[in-house]
Amino acid sequence: MPSTALKTLLAAALLGLPAALPASLPAAAAEVKIGMITTLTGGGSHLGIDVRDGFELALAEAGRDDVTLIVKDDARKPDLAKQLSDEMIQREGVDILTGIIWSNLAMAVVPPAVRQGVFYLSPNAGPSALAGKLCHENYFNVAWQNNDLHAAMGGHMKDAGLAKPFILAPNYPAGTDALTGFKSTYGEAVAGEVYTKLGQKDYAAEIAQIRASGADSVYFFLPGGMGIAFMKQYAASGVELPVYGPAFSFDEIILKAVGDAALGVKNTSQWAYDLDVPANVAFVAAFRETYGRTPTLYASQGYDTARLILAALDKAHPDDADAFRAALEAAEFESTRGKFRFNSNHHPIQDIHVREVVAGEGGPTNRLVGVAIADRADDFAAECRL
Amino acid sequence: MSAAFLIEQGLNGLQFGVMLFLMAAGLTLIFGVMGVINLAHGALYMVGAFACALVAPEAGFWAGLGAGIVAAAGLGALIELSVIRPLYARDHLDQVLATFALILIVSEGARMVSGGRPLWLDMPAALAGSVTLPGGVPYPVYRLALIGAGLGVGLLLWLLIRQTRLGIRIRAGQADREMIDALGVDIARLYTVVFALGAGLAGLAGAMVGALQSVEVGMGEPVLILAFVIIVIGGIGSIRGAFVAALLVGLTDTAGRIFLPALLALAWPPAEATAIGSALASMSIYVLMAAVLAVRPRGLFPAHG
Repeated sequence: MPSTALKTLLAAALLGLPAALPASLPAAAAEVKIGMITTLTGGGSHLGIDVRDGFELALAEAGRDDVTLIVKDDARKPDLAKQLSDEMIQREGVDILTGIIWSNLAMAVVPPAVRQGVFYLSPNAGPSALAGKLCHENYFNVAWQNNDLHAAMGGHMKDAGLAKPFILAPNYPAGTDALTGFKSTYGEAVAGEVYTKLGQKDYAAEIAQIRASGADSVYFFLPGGMGIAFMKQYAASGVELPVYGPAFSFDEIILKAVGDAALGVKNTSQWAYDLDVPANVAFVAAFRETYGRTPTLYASQGYDTARLILAALDKAHPDDADAFRAALEAAEFESTRGKFRFNSNHHPIQDIHVREVVAGEGGPTNRLVGVAIADRADDFAAECRL
Repeated sequence: MSAAFLIEQGLNGLQFGVMLFLMAAGLTLIFGVMGVINLAHGALYMVGAFACALVAPEAGFWAGLGAGIVAAAGLGALIELSVIRPLYARDHLDQVLATFALILIVSEGARMVSGGRPLWLDMPAALAGSVTLPGGVPYPVYRLALIGAGLGVGLLLWLLIRQTRLGIRIRAGQADREMIDALGVDIARLYTVVFALGAGLAGLAGAMVGALQSVEVGMGEPVLILAFVIIVIGGIGSIRGAFVAALLVGLTDTAGRIFLPALLALAWPPAEATAIGSALASMSIYVLMAAVLAVRPRGLFPAHG
């Protein structure tokens, strides 16, 4: 940012160095500040904690002392996230922002942040608006566009011959993206479609609707504690329809809390801990070694985001925005997902896999089954003028 | 919409209501007797769930349930002795501030214990699965047990307040604090007991609901907000009011979630109807509160005059 350059010049002048400092400092010499706003408390905290832990692991492995990371908790509150981003941009002077989990928070933070000239790299939330009409040259999504995983499962369930799924998601941007994504490949003929309150913990009323709907399967997108509550209540309800979901409803932490009720469930993910790619094998081993648990997809997204930033920093400093942006677009890093490249709207083109929940040591776990969609690109790139 | 569906949803509303009652009863008791606004009540609910989730894997669910009640009641007594006692003479705002600080402290403590991840707590094997009720309605056993437990506790609370010496003192404390102090009742101890009782009820609710939902930091605050709505509807300080209001809120919330989207679907395409309907449904209990207060500004059963 210009102000950082100005400060460097001032400091140099004060130290009595020749004032004619080269205009572009070598990338490694200038400090880079990264601000992470993520959810560390409340109902969705394990998502933010895993993104942070994955990100910090990549930074620690790189061992660079010119990169500073500031982490702040947004408690899943849009107003707080907005306030934190203003503080980070104006007071801390961060070059790069990252970390937001929830799409409603991303909608509050990302557009004003990128307009102020910082880079935003999303390790999770990928609302359709930011992939389409509101896309921006400084906004990159390293995880997925919200609709992607749901579209993959919609196609998978159609191919599996399921005729009447009941679909369920929370009422916020990622929830509407989820069911829109699902129907984009499955079609409109669903047995029922329900939006619940974000953060809701009791699903008795919805389960009764599922029972009464005559559906032959259930598809639900309920990340974090919501997914745990739904699965436990569903298992006790006596409704025995098969359930499907995106990986967000069946991450390793949710499976641990839900127990055997989730056995046999199929879910779609852009990543799996048993994906046999060298970068991923190394990541999973290092994550287990450092934190003593199996990483979730959120941890892999945090890790990939940090590795992409580090790879781009090797080529350019964010102060040289055009060069840094080009370095990000090139995405020359070893992703834990194997294949990874950016579409024209700065969202990934990547394979979406199907996983199945199986019994493992110490409880149920996900096992890779196959590819649901190869080279999935989101539906909004055409609306983005980049 | 079949009769079985309506019966099932009615039971769901009832179950939600009785669990809310356990929270609201403690809150209204503490406010009625001591005049304290206890924002930390949600934190005590969380403590109950955490204690249960930590003990249950070692000693079984029922021991966990006991641990949940004891831990919440114990912490409640400790809070009353250390934090609330110096604040009785002070303004409500000071109490709000102190108990808000307690939320932050307890949440941070729970985060240190759990690492911020949800804890595992399963319902007991004896209450797992579902039964078919008369009329052909399948219903989870655990939810039936919650309804039974909630109604049972409500009955015990009624007996305690109407039939025992402690109950007489609680009622006297609500009516005239100076007078029962003058009559030689140890008011300080009475306050501690009432606070611990309220906290224990919150802990019981937390442990029972924790097994059904998820045990995590911050689980208490959404319930706390509903509990405040209930004691305002029911009339502050009234257990009977809290009971009626809790059932009303439970049934209204459940009905709103089912019927509003269905109603709007008659006029709009399904996706918009569900979105608008669920947004309206989350407002339904506040509309109920506004309607009750418009007719009865002091709530349904005002405790003081």
